[in-house]
Amino acid sequence: MDFALSEERQMLTDTLSRFVREKYELPTRQKAAAMEGGFDPAMWARFAELGAVGALLPEDAGGFGGAGEDIIVVFEALGGGLVVEPFLATAILGATPLIGAGKDEMLEQVIGGALHLALAHTEPSSRFEMSRVSCEADEDGVITGRKSVVLNGATADMLIVSARSSGDEADEAGIGLWLVDPKAEGVTMRAYGTIEGGHAAEFTFDGVKGEALGDAEDGYKTLERTLGRGVLALCAEALGAMEVCKDLTLDYLKTRKQFGQPLGKFQALQHRMVAMVIAIEQARSLTMLAAGMMDAPRKERERALSAAKNMVGRVGRLISEETIQLHGGIAMTWEYAAPHFAKRLTMIDHLLGDEDFHLARFLKLDAA
Amino acid sequence: MDLNYTKDEEAFRDEVRSHLKKNLSPKLAAKVARNKRLSKADLVEWHDLLNAKGWLAWHWPKELGGTGWTPVEAHIFHEEIVFANGPRIIPFGVNMLAPVLIKFGTEAQKKEYLPKILTSEHWWCQGYSEPGSGSDLASLKTEAVRDGDHYIVNGQKTWTTLGHISDHIFCLVRTDKTVKAQEGISFLLIPMDTPGVEVRPIITLDGEHEVNEVFLTDVKVPVGNLVGEENKGWTLAKYLLTYERTGIAGAAYSRQAMEHLKSAAKRLESDGRPLREDPFFAARMGKVEIDLMAMDIFNLRILAAAGGGAAGGVESSMLKIRGTEVRQELTDLMRRAFGPHAMPFVPESFDEGWNEEPIGPEGAMTRAKSYFNMRKVSIYGGSNEIQKNIISKMGLGL
Repeated sequence: MDFALSEERQMLTDTLSRFVREKYELPTRQKAAAMEGGFDPAMWARFAELGAVGALLPEDAGGFGGAGEDIIVVFEALGGGLVVEPFLATAILGATPLIGAGKDEMLEQVIGGALHLALAHTEPSSRFEMSRVSCEADEDGVITGRKSVVLNGATADMLIVSARSSGDEADEAGIGLWLVDPKAEGVTMRAYGTIEGGHAAEFTFDGVKGEALGDAEDGYKTLERTLGRGVLALCAEALGAMEVCKDLTLDYLKTRKQFGQPLGKFQALQHRMVAMVIAIEQARSLTMLAAGMMDAPRKERERALSAAKNMVGRVGRLISEETIQLHGGIAMTWEYAAPHFAKRLTMIDHLLGDEDFHLARFLKLDAA
Repeated sequence: MDLNYTKDEEAFRDEVRSHLKKNLSPKLAAKVARNKRLSKADLVEWHDLLNAKGWLAWHWPKELGGTGWTPVEAHIFHEEIVFANGPRIIPFGVNMLAPVLIKFGTEAQKKEYLPKILTSEHWWCQGYSEPGSGSDLASLKTEAVRDGDHYIVNGQKTWTTLGHISDHIFCLVRTDKTVKAQEGISFLLIPMDTPGVEVRPIITLDGEHEVNEVFLTDVKVPVGNLVGEENKGWTLAKYLLTYERTGIAGAAYSRQAMEHLKSAAKRLESDGRPLREDPFFAARMGKVEIDLMAMDIFNLRILAAAGGGAAGGVESSMLKIRGTEVRQELTDLMRRAFGPHAMPFVPESFDEGWNEEPIGPEGAMTRAKSYFNMRKVSIYGGSNEIQKNIISKMGLGL
């Protein structure tokens, strides 16, 4: 049993964390988030140069990592800076379905930073359920339907769309993944910013020709793997944000004085701070477990992922709310850093399944 | 990062498992599994079994009979004990007093006491808490006044676990009232057959006799029974409290309880279907299982990081808090699982010879009792609030 990182990964995390700390301070991040498309293309290129994108993809896809451990190392560092560049959309949700699908050239472009992708899966009424797909693909690969909250959809050069060729609305069988050019005729898009500084879009596909990725009737497995890698990435990103919240709050408790002494001298606040620290360690433990389970059989892997996302949802809310409450008024301001981390933590529970969804899934997987 | 046990660790697990399987008597294991009361003879039988294999004092230095196990091996050892339905190791002699003697005792004291701890010839209990000194232990008032070659001890100790079956007690006593509380405390060994030592039972809320009050009235204790220097007892006390932390999270007990809970929720019915299909119960159960998975990994992370050494105080405090919270939540769910059948209370049913038909489903009669008993874990060993103070001060610098 060994919880230490390998030397290469330790180097990766050190390099990336330092870069985020020194070159990605909050004003830089806010500037990037305010750009058209919601991120800074020059910054994306620098991340790609650093190898942060390649680290998320396996060797047979042209990358040099791609294991659970790589994902958590990279995303925790990104979470520490609230990085808005589209790592999740392009390198995880977009790129995973391309692995082993004969799309090595596209993957190469992704790793080099030249190609942006987005996964169009969530629908207006599917909420978090993974197999609830009503978007349809006919036998000629013509796609009709709507997709919601597609992360970084507006800047994607290519979309990966989940669509149903057969079966009922929630069946796992009959779902396929399709490559769709967002500039093709019949695609309409409405792009928008998200409350915590991200970017997403609504899509309508009105008879748009797609290219099947693998078997168009049997894409659910790939979809589940893809979403699973996304869940792991979000958990790790949340850890990075939690650590920043913890540091900022602790620092504030030590410096802010009321009633003639630092806030941190009050036991009511001390105990709440301790509860935050213990909770973060629980979220970290399950994120590590899930990372280590990425190659385990389906049930163990998916249970570990759901356990982690449930815990991260619960702990994320605690850290977000306590960070704001223990700071007091200053954390209600746009200018201060902590509330932006708190907002991201909260909204992570709105992505790829919230605390309740993953608790139910954890139980369902056990009963299966 | 590799979350699997190594081949050596797996082999070690097999060795412990097969040894326990071969040597732990089915009768004793059944008593533990059914939550029966254990007699002193049961506990001595258990210690003898472990001692015969050299496992009782596993954490002592090798030259004194220890094993040299890594923290992960020790963890595996404790897990296997729980899974085999072995009793817990009674810690007062082997895990608490012994490390203090080894570090602070004289050669004569080591020679006199250590072997007798191993053979159960001496059976120790702990004289720390007093009626007026709980969390604020250093305020203790039991007094030892030097009189020639003896101390004369007067005072009262409380919450003395297993004091009624012990023959020796190690006590914190005040030897100087004129200095700061922590600086006037000494560590004394007292045979309980000394005149003036009186043990009175405390019956706890679950109806059991496990803890006691110990009254000390003009008890004459030879000066040679002082461990360490006079007035330096607080150092020893703190050392003792932080020494043996491997099992503090109780992770194995919680994992076993989780298995029992899941099996009960499959077996028991609610509204005509298995309890596990009740959405409210299922949600509570799923949540505690996730909490347990996290705590288990948290525990292993700390053990692995400690390597050959003991886990730090802050980490131990975090484990104590999280471990007890999970354990209490599990006993709460177990009580709830049995619904109305958690009500019947037949004290004799916990005796070894009780052979009557149980009331309600299998295991129902023990659940409420266990729940009430387990309220203690967030109070003893430094209450969870005290642990938070420790983390706040030592870990966070507040």
